[in-house]
Amino acid sequence: MSDSKSPRDFVASHVSGMPRSGIRDFFGLVSEREGVISLSIGEPDFVTPWHIREAAIWALEHGATSYTSNLGMMRLRRAIASYVKRSHGLAYDPVDEVLVTVGVSEALDLAMRAIIEPGDEVIYHEPCYVSYSPVITLAFGTPVPVSTKRETGFRLRREDIEPVLTEKSKVLVLNFPTNPTGGILTREDLGGIAALACEHDLLVISDEVYSELTYEAERVSIASLPGMRERTIFLNGLSKAWAMTGFRMGYACAPPVLVEAMMKIHQYSMLCAPILSQEASVEALKNGDSDVVEMREAYDLRRHYIHKSLNDMGLPCHLPGGAFYAFPCIGDTGLTSHDFSMRLLEEENVACVPGTAFGPSGEGYLRCSYATAMDEIEQAMERMQRFVSAL
Amino acid sequence: MDKLLKLLQENALETPENLAKMLDLSVEDVKAQIAAYEQKGIICGYRAIVNEDQLDIDKVRAVIEVKITPERGGGYDRIASRISRFEQVDSLFLMSGTYDLLVFVVGRTLHEVATFVNEQLATIAGVLSTTTHFSLKTYKDQGVLMKIEDDHERLKVTP
Repeated sequence: MSDSKSPRDFVASHVSGMPRSGIRDFFGLVSEREGVISLSIGEPDFVTPWHIREAAIWALEHGATSYTSNLGMMRLRRAIASYVKRSHGLAYDPVDEVLVTVGVSEALDLAMRAIIEPGDEVIYHEPCYVSYSPVITLAFGTPVPVSTKRETGFRLRREDIEPVLTEKSKVLVLNFPTNPTGGILTREDLGGIAALACEHDLLVISDEVYSELTYEAERVSIASLPGMRERTIFLNGLSKAWAMTGFRMGYACAPPVLVEAMMKIHQYSMLCAPILSQEASVEALKNGDSDVVEMREAYDLRRHYIHKSLNDMGLPCHLPGGAFYAFPCIGDTGLTSHDFSMRLLEEENVACVPGTAFGPSGEGYLRCSYATAMDEIEQAMERMQRFVSAL
Repeated sequence: MDKLLKLLQENALETPENLAKMLDLSVEDVKAQIAAYEQKGIICGYRAIVNEDQLDIDKVRAVIEVKITPERGGGYDRIASRISRFEQVDSLFLMSGTYDLLVFVVGRTLHEVATFVNEQLATIAGVLSTTTHFSLKTYKDQGVLMKIEDDHERLKVTP
């Protein structure tokens, strides 16, 4: 029996070869400390608006404890279609073009698994949300990152993508506004990318979970551009716009064939999204437009505050156009992102995620979340200022 | 509403420096704007919202529904203005519905409030009737919950 397998040997090689999220390690360090001010939280600091929580309580009181349709409750799909129409100008049929998922994370995973064949190349921009590359790998695709730069506001343009195109390129993933950079795209940027997608027959997965948190710029979805609806999977969710992260509610909108393919995987793995979360989401989408406006206004104030504070202390930072992250450059301090974050945590008890957690091109940057109460941001900026001037 | 006013309504103690950073304005502009609001009477005052239930103080609050006879020319204004000047009156509103004025009154004792109603308010010419409700407990005042609940704690680091 000497050649029997150890537990480690049972782990599939494409999983064992995948690095753990850098954020997890950082979380371990932060949670051991007392008195930390954390700017490393990727979720709203608001609690879900009461009328939405109350709708979930009401549903529970009335015995809403069953499965729902695999696609999600029809009432919710109608509410989603109506919201996507009025907020993004996109028309999807709730009958067969909308799929309710457990967070956008699941929708992203479903989209990848439904589309990718082994060896297909998936292009995405970096620095980016931690799960893009692993989700592509898990679907046996090949991740192809394209770096975005501070000088261009972390935008992605046609000319950035062209050099990495090959015959195997199949999918382009967009996430604007971007976690962690706060970058957004202009209509022109999107037009160029759309033309490229059509010319090279790429499918676009557009993760627009931060779209409600677009500040002064025009909000455009690539799916609304000519020729794009048929080759776009539009992903969105309620986590960021309505502060509903724990409800885990996302959705995908796409042509029927694509929704059907994603639904098959969802049906055999997740079955359906939790019914209470679906009930709460109906309330949010029907009666919650003003919640979003209020939260966006609050983030906007903090956005200006943190942007000014970081630049004043000598950490160059572009004004984020969306989401709730500032992404200052710490290159001039001579420290790596990792060392800067560690020392800031040890010396001043402020937690910011090192840019490298979001891919190698995040080196030289720091993600500072301003989904944090104003007085905490204030204190964190004071501490950071002291830290930077002592370097 | 102006963003500056909204911020001050949420927290009147916010410093001009912080307000300037949040609003992307200069500190001088913020100070000048606040001064202008004060001068125009748009900002009428600043005060703390206190949960008096937590303090061992003698204070009684009551709400009084008052029916009055409107006057030719002035409507309800002259009587309302007269009532509003009593120091016991904290707030006063003209209402639609089955009564005319809603008067929020504060006194040290029940007796003091009752005396005010009987001897001063009810005797004003034009006041037809009063209905007094004493307040027993405050749950929410001016948009602020009086009970501090333990908040659910978020994870310190999330993607």
